[in-house]
Amino acid sequence: MNIKKTALFELHRKHNAKFVEFAGYSMPIQYAEGIVKEHNITRNKSGIFDVSHMGQLFVKYSDDVTDKLQEILPTDLKNLKINQSKYSFLMKENGGIYDDLIITRMKDQYMIILNAACKQNDLQIIKNKLNDQNLDMNNDLSLIAIQGPESKTILENVVSSVSKLKFMNGCDFSFKNSEIYITRSGYTGEDGFEISLPNKVAISFVEELISRGSTLIGLGARDTLRLEAGLCLYGHDINENTSPVEANLKWAISKNRINDNFIGSQKIKRQIEEGVSKLRVGIKPETRVIARESTKIFDEKDNEIGKVTSGTFGPSVNASIAMGYISNSHSKTDTKVYLEVRGKKVPANVCDLPFYKKSYVKGEVNV
Amino acid sequence: MSNTKFSKEHEWITLDGEIGTIGITKHATEMLGDIVFAELPEKGSNVEKDGTAGVVESTKAASDVYTPVSGEVVEINQSIVDDPSKINADPEGGAWFFKLKLKDKSEFDTLMNKEEYDKFAKESSS
Repeated sequence: MNIKKTALFELHRKHNAKFVEFAGYSMPIQYAEGIVKEHNITRNKSGIFDVSHMGQLFVKYSDDVTDKLQEILPTDLKNLKINQSKYSFLMKENGGIYDDLIITRMKDQYMIILNAACKQNDLQIIKNKLNDQNLDMNNDLSLIAIQGPESKTILENVVSSVSKLKFMNGCDFSFKNSEIYITRSGYTGEDGFEISLPNKVAISFVEELISRGSTLIGLGARDTLRLEAGLCLYGHDINENTSPVEANLKWAISKNRINDNFIGSQKIKRQIEEGVSKLRVGIKPETRVIARESTKIFDEKDNEIGKVTSGTFGPSVNASIAMGYISNSHSKTDTKVYLEVRGKKVPANVCDLPFYKKSYVKGEVNV
Repeated sequence: MSNTKFSKEHEWITLDGEIGTIGITKHATEMLGDIVFAELPEKGSNVEKDGTAGVVESTKAASDVYTPVSGEVVEINQSIVDDPSKINADPEGGAWFFKLKLKDKSEFDTLMNKEEYDKFAKESSS
């Protein structure tokens, strides 16, 4: 199989990227600076992420399409305003998640941003639901994120008025006579924007951002940033066998849809009424030891009560951090648990997410 | 003649009398990336040549640290446990891992010299 490259591949190479294969794409895991520095650059200044491997699906708007999409997404699309975005899930019959996604209502179409590893499967599900076999991902577009406190000013200098956007809202803009679409959103816990733009202007756009003080950041730091922000990574923290309720993402199910019909809704409704047996929580080891994915979690009596789904070292909180599923009886904040790492039991505590909050960290933690 | 030798597992050892100081090479740190966790053997414990004598973790993965020679651990460098980023900053100097009282000096003699190691490292990473 041919490894795919994004439109920014040559630029990544010019910036000394180390590449890894991710979902069939050759993607930068880090650049010369390294993961910790790239993480801190994003938290303190501004970082640019190439996320063009993600799927960009555009579906023509109609009332019928809205109805059909509501059958597979637990989101109130009827009250979604033009240029408004929502975090949602492509639902499975068992209440599990085929993918998590961002759906934006544009003027005459929906834009749906899908995970790279899931996008082909997602496309088939959506095609079947909409009964439209001609539907396809737009491969002529790149997707760039710019994240961090200085991003607003930097992007404003390239795309005027962009700083007026509200969180989870988007708008059309132009760059070098090309139409681009920008939303105020991201995956780092920082203020930031995501830009959908034609491949042919992608490199010059990113070079403009770099020349104004932003820096290319790899997937390695993207992972430490999102984990500190308590955000889920599909295929790890959520999958086809975890429901949004178990994943502690009930907030993303629109309130007026809970009693509505969508795929998996019966299971969701039951879980909301009767509770769940396992829940996704934050976990903080008491030492610096890292509890990576699949680390077993035990209670004080040595009963296995769960598993870690993501774990790393959080540079901004200067501590080992993890999240995972734990039996509901042990999911309360500050519950003492034990993580089995290399045969030893490491004490840890269930904690609230996110690990990192902008307002909280400012002035309290050295980053 | 230099008193520092290298192992295929990318550890260095500097011998001073019967005491060897052991750490991981600059090449190893470059392969690992940012180190965020280090675990060392216990002082007073005995370690066997090529056996596990510690762990380092980068943001990406965990790696075992092996001892290139057998002996008794007489000192450990707590400062790299407290601040593992020191390992990336000064791997072949201040960020040594532990000191051993060697059991058998001939184990040291069989290790690679600097020139041999540099060649080995270059070949193993290409």
